[in-house]
Amino acid sequence: MISLSYFLVFAAALFCIGLYGVLARKNAIAILMGIELMLNAVIINLLAFWRFRSPEMIAGQVFAVIVFAVAAAEVAVGLALFISIYRRRNTIAADEIDLLKW
Amino acid sequence: MTVLQVIFLITAVVTLGGAVLVVTVRNLIHAALWLILTLFGVAVMYGLLSATFFTVIQVVIYIGAIAILMIFAIMLTRRVKQEAGSSVNKGWWLAGLMSLVLFTALVWMFSTWSGFQTTLPVMPANVDMVKVLGTALVSPNGYVIPFEIASVLLLAALIGAVVVAWERKS
Amino acid sequence: MSDPVNSIAEWLRMILSSWGLSEGLITVILGVLGVVILASFVLIVDIMLVWIERKIVARFQDRFGPNRVGPYGVLQPIADVIKLLIKEDIMPNGADKFIFNIAPIIALAAVLLLWAVVPLAPTIIGADINVAVLYVVAIGSLGTLAIIMAGWASNNKYALLGAFRTVALLIAYEVPMIIALLVPVLLARSMGMQTIVAAQSTWYIFVVPLAAVILFISSIAELGRTPFDISEAESEIVAGFHIEYTGMKFGLFYAGELLHALTVSALISTLFLGGWRGPFVDQVPILGPVYLFIKSFFVYYLIMWIRYSFPRVRIDQMLGFNWKFLTPLALCLLIVVAILDKLLVGTSQAVYVLVMLGANLMIVWATVLILRKYARVERKRIGEERPVAVPPDTESSELVGQE
Repeated sequence: MISLSYFLVFAAALFCIGLYGVLARKNAIAILMGIELMLNAVIINLLAFWRFRSPEMIAGQVFAVIVFAVAAAEVAVGLALFISIYRRRNTIAADEIDLLKW
Repeated sequence: MTVLQVIFLITAVVTLGGAVLVVTVRNLIHAALWLILTLFGVAVMYGLLSATFFTVIQVVIYIGAIAILMIFAIMLTRRVKQEAGSSVNKGWWLAGLMSLVLFTALVWMFSTWSGFQTTLPVMPANVDMVKVLGTALVSPNGYVIPFEIASVLLLAALIGAVVVAWERKS
Repeated sequence: MSDPVNSIAEWLRMILSSWGLSEGLITVILGVLGVVILASFVLIVDIMLVWIERKIVARFQDRFGPNRVGPYGVLQPIADVIKLLIKEDIMPNGADKFIFNIAPIIALAAVLLLWAVVPLAPTIIGADINVAVLYVVAIGSLGTLAIIMAGWASNNKYALLGAFRTVALLIAYEVPMIIALLVPVLLARSMGMQTIVAAQSTWYIFVVPLAAVILFISSIAELGRTPFDISEAESEIVAGFHIEYTGMKFGLFYAGELLHALTVSALISTLFLGGWRGPFVDQVPILGPVYLFIKSFFVYYLIMWIRYSFPRVRIDQMLGFNWKFLTPLALCLLIVVAILDKLLVGTSQAVYVLVMLGANLMIVWATVLILRKYARVERKRIGEERPVAVPPDTESSELVGQE
């Protein structure tokens, strides 16, 4: 019988892989991909808690919808920023965008 | 093992494998394609949680919009030099270690929680979940304020993205 | 014998359970069987589409079309398939092999997947999910993905350009398409296809014709057919994203494109033309697919008619048409329909339909007025004297001097 533990462990693993991507990758878009993985893990957790703990309440799904909206907004702005940075500095490697480190 | 468990395990392995490739593959386009596979796996997970609406939404938003935007951004910001060097920074082993520690800590914390082994409760019968969700999102007694704030956020993101990416000609 | 498909399924279920298989396994086997039968049926129709398309385009262009292989050339598609199968399979230099190979498969699969939610008869549907309309949008984005993959993996500038153009087009036209799809959803109060068909005691094309037209136009754009075929545009970028594909891989793209047109026609018929609805369909459900296919082929014919009658438009015209005309119109229609639907609660069916139809015609009339005004301004602007390209003064005096 499938239990809540399956989904929690799976989401934790996905979150940690995403975290590794965010911390270790150089390219800014790759970092954004890591963030997407982490957000997906969060949504899985929200939906798993909704399904296993209180399927009669809709709050869990509403949370997930809001996370989806935030994720879409974040990607749109993030990619626009990267393209803008690329135009000015001709790079999107996170360790080369160091103007403030003078 | 039940059919559900088998499906879960296969999906989990494929998804996590895809996720690992997303963060390790050097070629960014390949990373984006692996990301799409991972997102598909997550969509199946939503299906297993009987949230069909989210399965479809995941494909529409993440694969149809986010992943394709990412592929676009990768193609627009390519540089030959970038592909030659290392794709990870110097502290990558530290990042890996931290992720492992966090994973262990999370699993340990979950396992000490009493609700960890909650089994699947029966879904309330004869309820159209999509209808309930839709009503909840727009009813004043429900979640209309978060919903409106999310719409304002999306609008702000739309305008912000246009302003930031605008190419000023002077 | 009123419903052969379900009775055959019941019969098979009985045989399988007499073999001692478990209930879950039988469901899986029957499900797989259903998928295989539906997919093969659709693919066989697809092969016939090649002949239909070629024959009809020939008539539009005052030719005979294929008439050598078999009576009236009906075996021409078979010959085509054999030709494609024995062609050399060319892999371009520097291509991304795995992505290059998997892209045509995804392109065709994305179209086949759409048939899962097309209701063929009152009792025959692949999967009657309650988010079917969203599913259609979701699967549509897979097609975009296949095109990007093909364009990128080919390692060819033209292919990449074609992919970029296609994606700009698809993302833009998805907006009015989704808004137009929302209108029948709003009227039927469900995203399930069967519910939408069941709600159409009056076909929705007579209730909200404007939504049908918007969906039709944006669907043609999604198909990438003339006048919106900038993604292929033979005279500009040779063939766009499938320039490097040969043999059966190209065949898959070609088949996917033809089948996509029929699938879109089937979806439009389902959402606006009453789907399987028709005389005697309640007594004999097997008539449902017949009606559906008659309606679909009618819409398909319209698509072909437009394809072979219009020239290609430029990409800026096309995006301008979408963002400045189609999207505002669709939004306006959706708002009007939503308000009227709320106001007309409790009125009789006839009043409801007439008011809705009237509102649609009013919107069309207003649109035409605005367009006429715009056209008058444009005509004036174009008619004005424009600066002719003259060389600067110094050069012209030099030229005079040289003479």
